[in-house]
Amino acid sequence: MALKTWKELPIGCVVSEPGSASEYHTGSWRSQRPVWDNQKCIKCGICYVFCPEGCVQQMEDGFFQADMDYCKGCGICAHECWPRAIKMIEEG
Amino acid sequence: MSIVENFDLFAPRLINKKELLSPGHRACSGCAEVLAVRLMAKALGENTVIASATGCMEIISSMFPTTAWRVPWVHVAFENAASVASGIEAGIKALRKKGKIDDRYVKVVGMGGDGATMDIGFQALSGAMERGHDMIYVCFDNEAYMNTGIQRSSATPMGASTTTAPAGKVSIGQKTWKKNMPEILVAHGIPYVATVCPSYPLDFIRKMEKAKSIKGPSYIHCFSVCPTGWRCPSHQAVSMGRLAVETGVFPLYEVEDGHYRLSPDMPKKLKPIKDYFKGQGRFRHLGPEEIDKIQEKVTTEFNKLKEKAKFLKTGNV
Amino acid sequence: MGKRMGMEVAMAVAEAVGLCNIDMAAVYPITPQSHIAEHLSDLVANGEVDAEFVTVESEHSAMSAVIGASGTGARSYTATSSQGLMYMHELLPIASAMRLPITMAIANRAVSGPLNILNDHSDIMPQRDSGWISIFVENGQEAIDMSIIAFKIAEHQDVMLPVNINIDGFQLTHMVEPFEMPSQEEVNKFLPPFVPHATLHPAKPVTMGAFAMSDYFPEIMKAKDEALKNSKKVVVDVFNEWGKMFGRNYKLVETYKTDDAEVIMLTMGSMGETAQMAIDQLRAKGIKAGLVKLRLWRPFPFEEIKAVIKNAKKLIVTDRAISFGGPGGPVFSEIKSAMYAETQRPLIYNYIYGLGGRDVPVGDFIGMFERVIADTANQLADTYEFWGVRE
Ligand SMILES: Cc1ncc(C[n+]2csc(CCOP(=O)(O)OP(=O)(O)O)c2C)c(N)n1
Ligand code: SF4
Ligand code: SF4
Ligand code: SF4
Ligand SMILES: [Mg+2]
Repeated sequence: MALKTWKELPIGCVVSEPGSASEYHTGSWRSQRPVWDNQKCIKCGICYVFCPEGCVQQMEDGFFQADMDYCKGCGICAHECWPRAIKMIEEG
Repeated sequence: MSIVENFDLFAPRLINKKELLSPGHRACSGCAEVLAVRLMAKALGENTVIASATGCMEIISSMFPTTAWRVPWVHVAFENAASVASGIEAGIKALRKKGKIDDRYVKVVGMGGDGATMDIGFQALSGAMERGHDMIYVCFDNEAYMNTGIQRSSATPMGASTTTAPAGKVSIGQKTWKKNMPEILVAHGIPYVATVCPSYPLDFIRKMEKAKSIKGPSYIHCFSVCPTGWRCPSHQAVSMGRLAVETGVFPLYEVEDGHYRLSPDMPKKLKPIKDYFKGQGRFRHLGPEEIDKIQEKVTTEFNKLKEKAKFLKTGNV
Repeated sequence: MGKRMGMEVAMAVAEAVGLCNIDMAAVYPITPQSHIAEHLSDLVANGEVDAEFVTVESEHSAMSAVIGASGTGARSYTATSSQGLMYMHELLPIASAMRLPITMAIANRAVSGPLNILNDHSDIMPQRDSGWISIFVENGQEAIDMSIIAFKIAEHQDVMLPVNINIDGFQLTHMVEPFEMPSQEEVNKFLPPFVPHATLHPAKPVTMGAFAMSDYFPEIMKAKDEALKNSKKVVVDVFNEWGKMFGRNYKLVETYKTDDAEVIMLTMGSMGETAQMAIDQLRAKGIKAGLVKLRLWRPFPFEEIKAVIKNAKKLIVTDRAISFGGPGGPVFSEIKSAMYAETQRPLIYNYIYGLGGRDVPVGDFIGMFERVIADTANQLADTYEFWGVRE
């Protein structure tokens, strides 16, 4: 997106598009990625609750997945998943 | 103790699905402070206006011309989130009374880091609480000035090494005990004070909701693990918070109208603090004697808290 | 119809603000502003003004609270002085950057140290570059009128900037003067409801005060400068509207006997009235003296100033503050830079005077004229002197 000129700036620099930070994809920061093994998943939702990015979502089948555009690869989900259904693997 | 034991199996169903803090924010990988902020926004819901202090959470969420916020949010300066919030509360109250805005009830929230809250913004917070504004103030305590490079604050625990109170040949790092901020807020006689940690999401959300339901000032002190500043692996951010609670370093409790109640999440028997210290680079230099001294203080403080919970009991809440 | 009455100016200012349908005020007491805080609290306590009065614990919080309230779309007011204004300093450029039309009265008082409670302009001068519209008043009537006018200027859709009104402490705030107080109906007619450019409300969630890096910061500064410069036109329009409605006409730069004047003096604030007496006495002696009173300090009225002083031989700029170790008084350096590119311009003299409440009688103004006129070799021009300081 082209940077705005001074004339195009909103008055008082008010940002009126809620959640527009999502334009920025933090997924590029990642060096590891979480991989779900749904065989082991008990659908408890812990991975969803504890993700600092809020990028883990529940799918229609009740299982969970991370949005790789935003996942920073912190490993919290894998560490907290009690049945060990999530593994962190190196990005490569 | 396993995680599931103290956690509801169907957590997602109990938690507001809406993400009111969008992804794309710039917090470090594994930041439990931003996790806490995310959970706070979920718990408080859409009819909330937030005034934030300068600090990590402000910088990472509001990179102009974008914002991660989906609730109304304002940042003015470092030391005045509580006063800005009190002005917002007064403004909304007046406009609502005069019928100039829609009549919905809006909860006003001030938020700041430990530096913003316990050091530079101490006076503003005290004033806002004493005046009795209908607002919640949440302190996100990561035990140092992280945004500016891990400098000590009055929340930094004894013995932690920071960039302005570094461990050295003749220094153990922080030479002072952590300021007991929740207790200071209790002394303000406000209706509700609680400590929370995002490692206990249901306790966290329940207390946020409780604060939201109170018409008047409430204060929430949130223990927020910062893997960057504490030098611990990012995947341990949540388990480290749990250890802080399990060792009694950061007890979870609430004080309603002066009555104390320990959170049911508090273990009967505390773990030794060395379990908590060993995973963090900021404590690595401490020897057994120093750890013993800190252990003694933690035990004493926790016993004091238990006494308060015994003699100043909460009613049926 | 307005009402003729006599009252202490500070209280009258509170009365005038009370007519403006404010929603919120946060005022922390400080001499010589306190009577504004007290009287406004009285009006709220008696239900005469329907507003939230937030009894903040400091001026820093006063400004923070009005920023918060103005952000919700509430018409918000504060007042302060000296140390209180210095304490607010950090927040002033934030209020203007956020384009919040807050209005603030400043009961001008010397800044410490040493501590002094009396009048000069050393409190407002360090706030010069905060991006606020800054108005100086000369008497009680003007203090009242500007207290109302300020809201209309600030909230104008083409402005949306905070305004401060400078009222000399004690010299004006504590004087009991006769004046005309507009009626509620008149103020309602003059001042439309505040329509904010954005509000902090869940009906439409916005982010205010976002963090900007070097990719945007210069554009933001430029936009702010343009906004402040453009506000001058609105200030003129609103002054004219006021004049039409109330018969009291205000200009950005007020003149007295300047048309044929060879030596002109420039003042800001309450000293104008005494200086005017000096002009009359000098004229009686056949000296072609004139007076310029600068009402609008920011945005600085370059064109208007140039037009009224360019034909004089000598100009005496009086300053009630000093830029230590610098070019002299702040007004002086502004005027000098305004005239720099002009081929026809007066010699400019500067007197720093009336500091910390030091009395400046008519004779002193005459003395300044005499000294400047006697300087036939032009040795004192372009420099500054402290007036009336014991050597
Ligand atoms: C008046 C003022 N002093 C200092 C600073 C620099 N500063 C900005 S944030 C910060 C520390 C923030 O620490 P804390 O409140 O604990 O929040 P954290 O970043 O740790 O979440 C400091 C010192 C400032 N912005 N304003
Ligand atoms: S935490 Fe593990 S078990 Fe629970 S929902 Fe996520 S993947 Fe499944
Ligand atoms: S690795 Fe971290 S960022 Fe990625 S999905 Fe898991 S918790 Fe979220
Ligand atoms: S420094 Fe710490 S608190 Fe700040 S964003 Fe990084 S992890 Fe979070
Ligand atoms: Mg901190």
